[in-house]
Amino acid sequence: MKTVFKRTPTLKNCPTHYCPGCGHGVAHRLIAEVIDELDIRGRTIGIAPVGCAVLAYDYLDVDMVEVAHGRPPAVATGMKRTNPDKIIFSYQGDGDLASIGAAEILHAGHRGEQITVIFINNAVYGMTGGQMAPTTMLDQVTATTPEGRTAAEQGYPLQVSELLATLPGAVYIERCALSSAARIRQAKKAIKHAFELQLSGAEGLSLVEVLSSCPTYWRMSPAKALEWIESEMTKVFPLGRLKG
Amino acid sequence: MCGNEALAEAAILAGCDAYFGYPITPQNEVPAYMSRRMPEEGRIFVQSESELAAINMVFGASATGKRAMTSSSSPGISLMQEGISYLAGAELPAVVVNVVRGGPGLGNIAGSQSDYFQATRGGGHGDYRTIVLGPASVQELVDCMSLAFDLADQYRMPVMVLIDGILGQMMEPVVLEKKPRRKLPAKEWALTGAANRKQNIVRSLWLGEGVLEAFNKKLLDRYEQIQKDEVLCEQYEVDDAEIVVIAYGVVARIVSSAVDKAREEGIRAGWIRPVTLWPFPTEQISRAANELRIFLTVEMSNGQMVEDVKLAIAGKAPVVFYGRPGGGVPTVDEILDQIRQLTLKSEIKT
Repeated sequence: MKTVFKRTPTLKNCPTHYCPGCGHGVAHRLIAEVIDELDIRGRTIGIAPVGCAVLAYDYLDVDMVEVAHGRPPAVATGMKRTNPDKIIFSYQGDGDLASIGAAEILHAGHRGEQITVIFINNAVYGMTGGQMAPTTMLDQVTATTPEGRTAAEQGYPLQVSELLATLPGAVYIERCALSSAARIRQAKKAIKHAFELQLSGAEGLSLVEVLSSCPTYWRMSPAKALEWIESEMTKVFPLGRLKG
Repeated sequence: MCGNEALAEAAILAGCDAYFGYPITPQNEVPAYMSRRMPEEGRIFVQSESELAAINMVFGASATGKRAMTSSSSPGISLMQEGISYLAGAELPAVVVNVVRGGPGLGNIAGSQSDYFQATRGGGHGDYRTIVLGPASVQELVDCMSLAFDLADQYRMPVMVLIDGILGQMMEPVVLEKKPRRKLPAKEWALTGAANRKQNIVRSLWLGEGVLEAFNKKLLDRYEQIQKDEVLCEQYEVDDAEIVVIAYGVVARIVSSAVDKAREEGIRAGWIRPVTLWPFPTEQISRAANELRIFLTVEMSNGQMVEDVKLAIAGKAPVVFYGRPGGGVPTVDEILDQIRQLTLKSEIKT
């Protein structure tokens, strides 16, 4: 029988702790495949965030560090500046990157750090129990917006990628989604391009925002959650290349 | 050389690969010096967007096995406490210099010793310790820098060099030379890319039942080893002393002059100067308290190290405190007056 699909070696052969329908597992696989296709496992260092993906090192078989909430871009700066030959990537959620770590990502981009950021936007805080994130949609009900988010009370969803795209120090920014097979293939292309840019010594930040589902805290079935990415999230977070 | 520039050059001699920092008075000479000298040496200097970022850049460089440091002053060090706790939790070496200024809050920019509690009690969250070195001269500061990098690497933990704005700004002649390193363990844990080996993970999260407790106990064993092996302190004329003055940093130099004057007046005075503030010279001070004598602790604060002195003496002898907080500097005459009054009282008692 011909093998048409198999687990890539950098993705560990183990079950994840993620909820059914969560996008993290898919995002991990894409990163692992890209690392193996580019043959850079031996020179890659990953940074796990605080949030649901804090245990990413249990699934990705590369050297990894787990750091304080929001600080991955600063940690990545320290790593890349002292190890220009290494490939440094951070994996961050919306709370980590867009809220508590807004200063760190902004200034890493501003300085044009030669790092790759995978930014998982699922419009909610997952690990702490479904609270509002800066990227939470208007009217979205969360643990801390029981009546739904309103612009007057909590502001509009924060479009971080658009904001970062204004920085001369950002060389590549693309927003993708994990809502269908075609979208997942496009997300992999974007992730691969971001790593390739770092490999080629491109002078600046490469970031891929990935719209990802959280059926548990969206209170939806996994299938419905994927539909919601397409029908609702992409209206506020349009897909496509924003820079580079 | 001023203390701030001298410590920067000493760090370079000690093999510091990377410096990350944010401007704050009275330590601005450190980043300014490093911004020129580190690139000359082919090493890394980055001015960070905040002290939070600076300590995390140190964290990143250290996680890859490099020697990294930062410096700041009190309000900035408060911001770094998160990172220092994570460094302790992830068992990463780092050197942090605190050129202390008066507080709380924005305080002022004069030298002070008001961060002793924060430095020696951890400052950040969790059950951890940092080694704290409190040099008293620019030369000793220079010597402490290579020691700090060695201790950090040997014990895999953050080491703080605690000086104050006076020592940072003070100019003194110094001998700068490359010191031989201690015999240090190889950094097999470092993140260098998992080429031809298993994945390395640097982490501080231990969720399994009892796992963190076991980790905390491992740290405790290490801390007890440090308390046994790494205490540094200096003593002067303690054996026959009726009064022993305890002080660290630049205050100890003022105390030394006051004690000499007291001796000239026939008062049997001596002093003890802790160089390591953690581990604290508990045994040395406790031994000194086996004889009947008075202890006077002098600090540029409202009284912080004096608590460690009292713990060491454990009620065996009277402990008196004299302090000048908020940037005040005790004079030789002020300390001498204290010594005179206390010895007079002890004569009346006996």
